[in-house]
Parts: sequence; C-alpha cells; structure tokens
Amino acid sequence: MIQRLLYCLVLLLAFLAPPAAAEVPKPAVAIANPGQCVAPADVMRRSHMDMLKHQRDRTLRQGERGAKYSLNACIECHASKDSGSVLGGKENFCEGCHSYVAIKLDCFECHQPKAMKTAGARP
Amino acid sequence: MSKRGSDTGMSVGAGPDSGRRAFLGTGVGIAAATGVLAIAPGIGLIEIAQARPAGELASSKVRWGLLIDSRRCKSECQACAKACAKENAVEPGSGRPSQNSQWLRKIDLKDKVTGREVSLPMMCQHCAKPPCVDVCPTGASMQRADGIVLVDRHICIGCRYCIMACPYQARSFVHEPLHAQNPEVPRGQGCVEGCTLCVHRVDKGQQPACVQACQDSGGGAMLFGDLNDPTSDIALRIASVASSQVRADLRLNPAVRYQGI
Amino acid sequence: MATHIAYRELGNRSAFWTLFLLAGVFVAAGLVAHVVMEHHGHVITGMDNRIVWGLPHVFAVFLIVAASGALNVASTASVFGKTIYKPLAPLSGLVSLCLLAGGLAVLVLDLGRSDRMIVAATQYNFKSIFAWNIFLYTGFYAVVGVYLWMMLEKRFNKYSSAVGTAAFIWRLVLTTGTGSIFGFLIAREAYQSAIMAPMFIAYSLAYGTAIYLIVLMIACRIEARPLGDEVLRRLKNLTATFVAASLYFCAAHHLTNLYFTRNHAVEAFILVDGGSITQSFWLGQVLIGGVLPLAFLLAPGVTRCRILAACMAIVFGGLCQMYVTIIGGQAWPMDLFPGYSATSSFADGVIQQYSPGLWEILLAFSGLAIAALLMVVALRVLRILPERLDDAPQEVPLGDAPQEVPLGDASRDPAQHPR
Repeated sequence: MIQRLLYCLVLLLAFLAPPAAAEVPKPAVAIANPGQCVAPADVMRRSHMDMLKHQRDRTLRQGERGAKYSLNACIECHASKDSGSVLGGKENFCEGCHSYVAIKLDCFECHQPKAMKTAGARP
Repeated sequence: MSKRGSDTGMSVGAGPDSGRRAFLGTGVGIAAATGVLAIAPGIGLIEIAQARPAGELASSKVRWGLLIDSRRCKSECQACAKACAKENAVEPGSGRPSQNSQWLRKIDLKDKVTGREVSLPMMCQHCAKPPCVDVCPTGASMQRADGIVLVDRHICIGCRYCIMACPYQARSFVHEPLHAQNPEVPRGQGCVEGCTLCVHRVDKGQQPACVQACQDSGGGAMLFGDLNDPTSDIALRIASVASSQVRADLRLNPAVRYQGI
Repeated sequence: MATHIAYRELGNRSAFWTLFLLAGVFVAAGLVAHVVMEHHGHVITGMDNRIVWGLPHVFAVFLIVAASGALNVASTASVFGKTIYKPLAPLSGLVSLCLLAGGLAVLVLDLGRSDRMIVAATQYNFKSIFAWNIFLYTGFYAVVGVYLWMMLEKRFNKYSSAVGTAAFIWRLVLTTGTGSIFGFLIAREAYQSAIMAPMFIAYSLAYGTAIYLIVLMIACRIEARPLGDEVLRRLKNLTATFVAASLYFCAAHHLTNLYFTRNHAVEAFILVDGGSITQSFWLGQVLIGGVLPLAFLLAPGVTRCRILAACMAIVFGGLCQMYVTIIGGQAWPMDLFPGYSATSSFADGVIQQYSPGLWEILLAFSGLAIAALLMVVALRVLRILPERLDDAPQEVPLGDAPQEVPLGDASRDPAQHPR
C-alpha cells in the first residue's frame, strides 16, 4: 500500500515539475546608478538578505539612521533607468533576479520600490 | 507659541539628493543635516529635535511628546490631518470610508451638559505603557527607546488585537494593496499602522508634519519636543500650565497632552 | 458496565461520502474565500477600522470555546470517575481536537498576513494573552492527543485518568485564556472584566457538550449503533446544567454593568436599542440558546428529537452570543472624552454598523465545515466510536430507530439509575 502511494506521489511530482529549466535566460538588468556597492558582488548575492534583515531591526526598533546597509539605498542605485523601480519585469534589479531564482520578494508589500526621486519623496 | 528656529536649516539637508549621498557615502546625508544645524547655532537649537548622528541609536534619555492647545484649534481647520496624510501618503482607498486609514483625525467635542465645544487632533498618544504593545502576540507593536510607539511591519501578522486594545482608536488596518508609499514611510496591506510621530522626520531633526502644518497655517496649537529635557519648550510649558492626558484614568501616561479640555 | 469496550470505524459508506462531500464543499468555499481575501485585502469584507474582528472571529472563537467544552465527557469519565461515560470518552477527545482545528484555521485564515504564520510560531511577546493562547492551543493538541492515545491503547488505559486530569486542567486554562482576550481589553466598555474568563468557561461547557451530543446522536443514528437512554438522560441533564450556568454568568455580567452608571449607555445599546445586536442577545442568546433548550431538556417526556433540537438551539445561541460579544463590543464607540459627545471622520461617537460580506461568511462557515470534515474522516479511519452504547450489558439494545421513545424517568426504575 505504502509503495503504491509513494509511486503515485512520484508520478504526481513528475507531472507538476516544470520542464527542464536550462533554457531560462539569466536576468539582464539595467540600473540607474552603477558604481561601488557596499560590498563585493558575490558577498551581496549571498548575504544581502541577512544584511537587510539585520539592519531593518536596528533601524526600526532601535532607531539607527544613516547605517551602511539600507533598503532605500539599494533602491537608489539599483532602480531601473527607465522606470525608476526595482520591480516591474525581468530587467528590474530585484524582480529580475528573484523571479529567476523563484524566491518570493516580501519587502515591497510595504516598501516603495521606486527611487526617492521617482516616488516623489517629500523633502 | 513660536518655535524659535524650529525648521530653519533642517529641510536643506534632506532634499532628494541626500538619499543618494546616503547610499554612496553611507550616512553623509544625515551628517549633512547635522552640519546645517551647527551652522545656525544662534536660533534656539536646544529645544528642537536634533538629528541623531549616523549609527547612533534612539535613547531613553529622550521622550518625544506633544502638547496640543485645543483652545487654539479650530473645528474647520484640517491642516494637521491633511499634512499627516500627505507626509505619510495615507490616501483614501477603494473601499468604504470606514476602511480608510487615518493616522491623525480631528475630533469635535461638545460638553453634554454645558454645550461647550472643543476641537482637537487625535492620534497615537505614544503611551509610556501602551496597551497595543502589551497585547501584540509577536512583538510587532513596539516602543522605541525614545518613547515612540511603532508597528514593526516585518513581523506584524495582521491580527488586529492592538486595534481592539487601543483606548484611543488610533490605529488603522490596511485593507488593500498599496503602491504610492513615501519611500521613508513603508506601509502595506494586511498590517496595522498608526501615527509614527513622523519618526523619519524626527530622526532627521525635523518636527512631525502635523506640528509643522499647524505652525505654518498660523494655528500654533501644537508643540513638539523632548518631555525629558527640563529646558525644552514643551517641558517648561507643561510644568507651568494646566494640561491633561486623554483617558488619564487608565494610567497609560501618554506622551501627548492637551490643554483646554 | 462492560469491562471490554469494542470500538469500530464508521461502516456506513454512503453516509460517510455524503457528509464528506457536503463538508468538503464548504471547506473548499472557505479556502477560496481566503485566497480572494488575501489577494484583494480585507477591503472586500464588511470589516473596517472599527469592526476589525468580523464574522470569521465569531465562528472561530465559538469553535475554540466549544472545543474545550467538548472534552467534558472525557473529563467526567477520567477525572470524576463516572464509568458510564468511559466508552464515550474517546469521541469526546476527538470532537474537541476537530473543533479546535476548525476554529484556529478560520482565525489564521482571517489574519491580515496569514502568510506569516512562521512569525507567529517563532516570535512571542509573553505579556500578550494571544501569545499565551498560541501555546495553550498547541499544548491542548499535545495533551488531548496523548490522552486519546492512552484511552485507545489498552496497555496504557491505566494512565488515562492522570492524563485526563492534565487535559481537564489544561482546557480550563485554555478557556480562561480565550475569555481573557476580551477581559484584558482595558478600554472597551463591553469587555474589560474578569468575569469574561469564567463566563467563557461556562459557555464552553454548554457549547461543547451540545456539539458532542449532536455528533454522538447523528453518528449512532447513521451507524445504527445502539445508544442507551440512561447515557442520554445523564448527558442532557449535564447540558442543561451548563446552559443554566451560562445564563447565570451572563446575567451577573449585565447586572454588574447595570449597577455602574458609566456603563448604562453600553448596556442600553446591547439590551434595548442595539438593533441586530439586541435581537441576537434576547432572541438568539437568551431565548433560543438558553430558555428554549432548558425547556426542551428538562420538561418531562423528553425525546431524542427534542434533545437534538435543544443542542442545535444551544449552538445557534452560542453563535449569537459570540456575535453580541465580539461585534456588539466593537460597534459600541469608546468613550475617549467622558462627558462630551464626539464627532469625527473616523466614526468617533458613532455606533458602527456591520454587515458581513459573502467572502467572510464563507470563511466563517468553513470553520464548522473543517471541524465536521475532520470528524467524519477521523471516525471513518479510527476506532473511536463504540460498537454499542447500551446502558448496561445485560440490557436489551433499544434497536435501530429509538428517536421517539420518551426518556422520562417514569419509564425506568429510578433505583437502577441513581442520579
């Protein structure tokens, strides 16, 4: 019985799995302000979520301002040249990569994905 | 009720450019704001909010508070409410009016016996012992060291128990997806929110938007400052004139005090 | 009392599938409602910034409260040593767990950010009674789960009394916690009272036992398993006692409020001119949920039909009570400035109206459906329901269709079944 169930499960998974993913193109992002980031690219790719998570607590709960890591600072540099946003499509910095690796992006449920200028920041 | 030099230099350092400098030079923007402050030492800097230097945490030596003089607050004036909505991008949604967030609202009061009428702004009272913080299951409702009560939306699960617990009806629930947030004021669907005392402005050395608007419109009914600093305008005022806390019977020690009720 | 109780799964296939599909449809509708609500936000519901807890909370809290009460029969058997209830005890534990699952599911699916359940499970503020309740609910699962195991595994039967006592205490604490969610709200005139906790315990005993009886009677009926008159007579008397206790606490609560002048306005709202709230209170909670069941259960010549009707009336009354407590308590404006009348754009000083939308109604009812679905499946695959529940082994079973047989004491020898 259990073997049969497992067999069914494997079949089901095989059907649900997407076709071979080798063909998905890597995201090609065009950002507004290329330049020096707060850490080397490989570090950022691996650890940006930790940096942001650590900093968000310090900023919100402890009131630290002007820290080295900041989501708004990310957006200022990495927003798209055209739309001024890090979201929108494959060429946008955050969404491009996150949709490529299929990881849900929760920041922008609350945070503004557009750079200060585009979003009409208040002075 | 003039606020001596309250905002003279402050807004200069925080233009759209300062954000960019902050990401490049990490914190230069804030430092610039402080610098501007220092340029104008002669105009009563003691009483106003000083921009905290980059990296420095909010301190319990400070307790931010408001004094609201309801006698100078006109029923028809909505300057504070409008400024609050604009600053924090709290706009009407697509649902019923009762589903819209209101961080600050004007209440008109009428004494049931004497008929005396009063108008005043009501918002989060930033209690010293906030019931919303007590009841929050995850700790999302929290109090900063300087007394500002905030919702940590990173861990708010949207249970709305804090709205049930708040004696001031000061919190709102975001009923639908948002897109037009102020980059400095994150807010979003499914979380509870309320007045932040414009924490993003206060940390830059500015006053809350409502206070600024009240001054600019000539109302002069709102005074912002550090309750813990005995030399601050607000501390001197509340030490010398009669003021009261709303629902003082609950012993929550709100940081917002009112005159004339 | 039979020394060996034989338990068997539900055998009636067609009844199982009918109930399964019926409940399944409502569960599916509730899940769809959740997805729609999560996508659009609560803007599509009848809830707003004043009525932040709507119909889903009414059903969820009802189910959670009833869950704790459904454990009564098991407690009576294990803690108070009434052997006549022993065969009934496993079902009691099962109904309890299923009701709790239904209630918690609705509660969780109505959150603004249900996707963050991991936060609720990892970050705690221990001053919050909500946070404590998370532990009380999960702990209840563990304790009652072990309790069920001890009852169903013959080798461990000897421990069932000890674990049963633990479960009994746990569920009292749990309902204290649920009642305190409202009791701890300092500024709401309709709540903010220590009586909320014991009152909720009384409610839980009534609702839980009523639901248990409904499940038991329906299960025995569709399975054609004998269910003794004496068992039913005792259970219906127990239920009547709990209903009376509920009415007592309710009366004490309102009388206390009526004595305080400052609470006169809120009491007038709930008791006299609150529209649907007042109707829910007098018609729903008091008449249908209190007086009617008492009459049905205690009047002479009680039949099985009447017991079932009484239990259903208790459930309806319980939902009305939760509506009055949860919606009524929020609809009444908080008195920020005593002595003043207040007006604002944020409904200050206004009695807020609430009319639930389709999605929240579907979500709310899915709580009952989830509980029912779990019960049906569990009874089908687990040996929970005894093969026979005659009063005593020497007695002749009553047969398949015993509904209309009067259960009055007159037809039995009182000496044989002492109260």
